[in-house]
Amino acid sequence: MSRKLLLDNLDKPGIQSLTGYSDNGGYEALRKALQMKPEEIVSEVQKSGLRGRGGAGFPTGMKWSFIAKPEGVPRYLVCNADESEPGTFKDRYLMEHKPHILIEGMIISSFALGANTSYIYIRGEMMYVFHILQKAIDEAYAAGYLGKNILGSGFNLDLHVHCGAGAYICGEETALIESLEGKRGNPRIKPPFPAVKGLWGCPTVVNNVETIAAVVPIIKITGEEYAKIGIGKSTGTKLISASGHINKPGVYEIELGVPVEEFIYSDAYCGGIKNGKQLKAVVAGGSSVPVLPAHLILKTAAGEPRLMTYESLADGGFATGTMLGSGGFIVMDEDTSVVKNLWTFAHFYHHESCGQCSPCREGTGWMYRILNKILNGKGEMKDIDLLWNIQGNIEGKTICPLGDAAAWPVASSIRHFRSEFEAYINNHGMKDVKHYYRLNNLQEA
Amino acid sequence: MPKVTIDGHTIEVPEGTTILEAARKIGGDIVPPTMCYYSKLKTSGGYCRTCLVKVSKGSEKDPRPMPKPVASCRQTVMDGMEVQNITSPEILDARAGVVEFLLINHPLDCPVCDQAGECNLQDLSYEHGHEVSRLDFRKRTFPMIDIGDKIKLHMNRCIMCYRCVKVAEQLCPERVHGVLNRGWDSEISTYIEQAVDNEWSGNMIDVCPVGALTDKTFRFKSRVWFTKPVDAHRNCPTCSGKVVLWYQGEEVLRVTGRKDQWGEVDEFICNECRFDKKKTSDWVIEGPRHIDRHSVISQNHYEELKKLKQDLSRQKKLGEKAHN
Amino acid sequence: MSANKNIQFSDDALALVQKIINRYPEGKQKSALLPILHIAQAEFDGWLSPEVMDYVASLLKIQSIEVYEVATFYSMFNMKPVGKCLIEVCRTGPCWLMGAEDVVRYIEKKLGIKAGETTADGMFTLKTVECLASCGTAPMMQIGETYHENLTLEKVDAILNDHKNQGNRRTHWEKDKVKP
Repeated sequence: MSRKLLLDNLDKPGIQSLTGYSDNGGYEALRKALQMKPEEIVSEVQKSGLRGRGGAGFPTGMKWSFIAKPEGVPRYLVCNADESEPGTFKDRYLMEHKPHILIEGMIISSFALGANTSYIYIRGEMMYVFHILQKAIDEAYAAGYLGKNILGSGFNLDLHVHCGAGAYICGEETALIESLEGKRGNPRIKPPFPAVKGLWGCPTVVNNVETIAAVVPIIKITGEEYAKIGIGKSTGTKLISASGHINKPGVYEIELGVPVEEFIYSDAYCGGIKNGKQLKAVVAGGSSVPVLPAHLILKTAAGEPRLMTYESLADGGFATGTMLGSGGFIVMDEDTSVVKNLWTFAHFYHHESCGQCSPCREGTGWMYRILNKILNGKGEMKDIDLLWNIQGNIEGKTICPLGDAAAWPVASSIRHFRSEFEAYINNHGMKDVKHYYRLNNLQEA
Repeated sequence: MPKVTIDGHTIEVPEGTTILEAARKIGGDIVPPTMCYYSKLKTSGGYCRTCLVKVSKGSEKDPRPMPKPVASCRQTVMDGMEVQNITSPEILDARAGVVEFLLINHPLDCPVCDQAGECNLQDLSYEHGHEVSRLDFRKRTFPMIDIGDKIKLHMNRCIMCYRCVKVAEQLCPERVHGVLNRGWDSEISTYIEQAVDNEWSGNMIDVCPVGALTDKTFRFKSRVWFTKPVDAHRNCPTCSGKVVLWYQGEEVLRVTGRKDQWGEVDEFICNECRFDKKKTSDWVIEGPRHIDRHSVISQNHYEELKKLKQDLSRQKKLGEKAHN
Repeated sequence: MSANKNIQFSDDALALVQKIINRYPEGKQKSALLPILHIAQAEFDGWLSPEVMDYVASLLKIQSIEVYEVATFYSMFNMKPVGKCLIEVCRTGPCWLMGAEDVVRYIEKKLGIKAGETTADGMFTLKTVECLASCGTAPMMQIGETYHENLTLEKVDAILNDHKNQGNRRTHWEKDKVKP
């Protein structure tokens, strides 16, 4: 069983409230942090090896070190709680059950960055979590953890929750900033990066909920101790959202390095495939990362056991590997149509494209229409190559990573499950796809 | 000053210059095409992705290549940067892909479009597009609307370059049109029926790279290649008064700003000059307008004819002189 | 920007609007637009009419088009009237794997409407939405601010009957939950 740094004490009564949280070691890290110099906190985070938990996996300490510090210009910390990546629900879980760990992380991180006003941008659909956070913030103000001269340190911080209104793209940091400024969520063209020109033109750091929460245990146990957990550059613990055809869907905190096979089949985690079926495919890091067939998710192409780390999941590149992404672990059983799953993803990206740049605006809609045609039994063999070509024309050509995120699922589905597309086309929509696929799978295995 | 090399041509440019502007200084075939960038409009560019280039060397200091193609209109040069445009097959492929994306929902109604002959999308697809279409679904359509009595908005043709919105933002104090909806369904609109009523609004027509915003006073009157552009000016209290008059016979069919070789106007003109001054007597005529872009406008050869006439009369004079 | 005189927030809502505006630096009041549009939707029958958006523009001292641009971008804002109870069923991958299609089909049949439509009595509007971050408890749907998770057809029945009996309007921003 993995060590728990974020989801510890969840069973303690009242952990959602300030009293319950404080009774179980809450806000101790804040007291410790306020005795440190801001640079020392940044250095602890650097030592911890913590990487952004929103999906990109960029080293947090390094991101913090980039923030510009011009005289007389305010700096901002913005927490990205716009969790919308299909397959990912860890941030909602954490905020709902332990809101104060996020508040504490926000205070420590704001202190480290020299921000006196910070915002939590939560997606509008999670309005009930918005209220939970607002309540936690009110409690923190009342206890003197927020406001002026926090715990006599001389540090002032105002923390606000801001709600979005339904747009996946606002999870992209510059789109999030635009949205926070009351505009359409169109990603900005970089450079300049937010660390130089972010919210209202001021230096800004945008971090994911889990990243900011992880700062609390890092301060508590030191960066060095944190870095001892995990393997290589994948340090610490990670929240994994497990969904799909498994016996125990839910959020699991794992020490990075757990073998994928153990994660899927152990009773400590997913508990195996539902109804005793066989595993067909996994999307390991949220809908944007490449889907892998069973044999490649359990073992790398070289036959090594695949581990839940940034590096191991990416082993083999996109030819045979995938990414840890946001940790949205979607499991599909033997009866699942990968083509239809892709169709739902294609609809998602088509729906969520902001429309600013042409490859994404037009390409996502085009891919969705072709998949629609294939599912409706009107597909032609040339459509598979066309899809392949369109995703290639989108990937890397857009302003923000949404284009890549829309392209990768298409590319990987074709790469690993081309015969399933062909089956749909040959059978004019494959009314009997379930049966066909069970047979075919067994033949391949 | 940083030195940048684009497709083998090296040039020194001031700090902060974009790759595109550096390429324009070099000139010729290596200049990336643009559909949304407009040097006279702040924050324009970056959307259409036609000007993508490959940065094969980031700078002298950090020679690593950039991992993805970059929009040359927004990326500034670094000292020692090396850029590939037409020398990179991937970039040419990527551009062809972008052109295809821009065309999949475009109605291709050039035969009835007033922009035909001076349309950036026509030029772009001719140079960089595929010959055959790979589409087999219904195109997106929008109703045609009037935004005021002088401007027609034909949203089907729009490529979402945002230039007209930037004109409204930067030239007009009260913006009433903008980008509505999201993604595939994005459109330029006023939302509720509303006239764009501002003395600079007509410039939206000039900056529109396609036939989405057209001059209602010119609508269906002629084809641009049947009209003769003539430089003219007047003493205008609002704008510079420097315009191009487009003649058919003795009649001025339309008035526009003066566009340079990149298709950008030198100066924005006011609506009075554009829509209300359509008599030759309103203007001081300067002479024929040279249309530098490789468009069909110059196909009526009137410039050459005029030159020929001048040459003939000069020869005649010379001949007479010699004879005397 | 001629705000309709009949459109006016309640005193409580106005106080809340002021409180929200104060969360942003001076001159950056446009930042309050999304939260205020949520309040507006809750105050004025669950959707944003042009008049309501003009009113919001006047409150924030911005152009109406700036509100139209933003309101039409975000999927939670209804640009047309909706039923008192807006049922939003997640349709994306993980929910689809767990039977979201059956849930949608069932509701369509039960209410006699298609996704995107409103029942004749104005009680229900059915909408399919993209991932609501509830994949581990799929299939799911949202009504007002509440997530209904691990849905079965029986559960759906009970929830819809409940709402029909209560008969009140549900919006994402539930008025009584937030005090100024």
